[in-house]
Amino acid sequence: MCLGIPGKLVELRQQDELMMGKVEFGGIVKEVCMAYLPEAEVGDYVLVHVGFAISRIDESEAEEIFRYVDEIEQLSGDADEPPALRAAEMHGEGDGS
Amino acid sequence: MKYLSEYRQPAAVQRCVAGIHRLVTRSWNLMEICGGQTHTIVRFGLDAMLPSRVRMIHGPGCPVCVTPVEMLDKAIRIASRPEVIFCSFGDMLRVPGSERDLLAVKSAGGDVRVVYSPLDAVKLAARRPERQVVFFAIGFETTAPANAMAVLHAERLGLENFTCLVSHVLVPPAMQAVLGSPQNTVHGFLAAGHVCAVMGTQQYEPLVRQFHTPVVVTGFEPLDLLQGISMCLRQLEQGRSELEIQYRRVVRPEGNRLAQEQLRRVFTTVSRKWRGIGEIPASGWALSEAYARFDAEQRFDVRDVVAEESSECFAGEVLQGHRLPVECPAFGSRCTPEHPLGAPMVSGEGACAAYYRYRRQPV
Ligand code: SF4
Repeated sequence: MCLGIPGKLVELRQQDELMMGKVEFGGIVKEVCMAYLPEAEVGDYVLVHVGFAISRIDESEAEEIFRYVDEIEQLSGDADEPPALRAAEMHGEGDGS
Repeated sequence: MKYLSEYRQPAAVQRCVAGIHRLVTRSWNLMEICGGQTHTIVRFGLDAMLPSRVRMIHGPGCPVCVTPVEMLDKAIRIASRPEVIFCSFGDMLRVPGSERDLLAVKSAGGDVRVVYSPLDAVKLAARRPERQVVFFAIGFETTAPANAMAVLHAERLGLENFTCLVSHVLVPPAMQAVLGSPQNTVHGFLAAGHVCAVMGTQQYEPLVRQFHTPVVVTGFEPLDLLQGISMCLRQLEQGRSELEIQYRRVVRPEGNRLAQEQLRRVFTTVSRKWRGIGEIPASGWALSEAYARFDAEQRFDVRDVVAEESSECFAGEVLQGHRLPVECPAFGSRCTPEHPLGAPMVSGEGACAAYYRYRRQPV
């Protein structure tokens, strides 16, 4: 139940004095309360948990991880070689906790 | 899906794993706090890719798992009343109380409903003024803002038939309890990214300082976890203990201020019992004085319910990282997701459920 899922904000509107929005998750659109993220704009990616947007996803930070991978790959060392990866297992789209 | 699939790319995962192997020279135990992270680790077999000297210990971060048995009994008592519509997140329905679960109440004719958002329960209360709608408000700091908003919205709509059975738990006191335990073997923590998206990261500074333990605020996808693990290991190898954020695309150091404001309004900090672990001081939230009229425990007078935990399930050992689910004699035989003996086998974030789904054999 603690899952938080990133999705794209596609609509914003006021309803019963609450800021609500529609967020698209890979084709599925859900009703989301936007009261905690009043600064979000249509087109933004937001993180949604139990029907509430709790954070805006920072596009500029989203790529940072790949630079980090480049960096730690350069590290030298003499530790043991990693086991081969079962590549197929990484492909699941799944829920994204 | 954007912001999910790119963090599962096998090539990047492989390169990150290779980097970790080069970096480790000693034995380290890392604890991931959140059950969502446990599931990613077990599902993608990340722990098996790490150097053998690095051990991942699964932490107590499954809110369903740590909800105490008497809270379940209170829920069952309230849900059994004819005037009540009892709303809950789906995971809670199968969690055993001392005698039965909420699903049994439903089969016996009780009006127990699963909601996706706490606001659905408020809407239901507005539509059904002749019934008492009770929402089971469990969860960590991630879920609490949603539950707080449900209470605030019910107040705004002037609803008198909406209450919450509140059993919120907080992450930093649980980390404090792990680190302060004489049995502690954890050298570094991966803190739960979504909890920090709400609360910010400042609360972890005192833990880092007091216990000289690195804390890396980490996300939930395979690459997030591997980056978090490598950041933590780098600190340990270099003899540093700092607070770092891996999950920068979602977590800001200050958190979500608006949510924090509403949380302070609606809730007050209390001591809470954690299932299988025991009482942890200042480790939970209950409704504040100003919102006490929304408290289901008061309205339905269940405050004195006490209950004993089943002796067969050693969830406490699992939740504190002392033992793996597969070490439980009941695992996979007397305890399965279809017939759970304990909450960690039920919840989508429970460690026992993760091992059952992805790895039935001991590694
Ligand atoms: S396998 Fe079942 S009985 Fe054993 S610790 Fe996990 S939930 Fe409890």
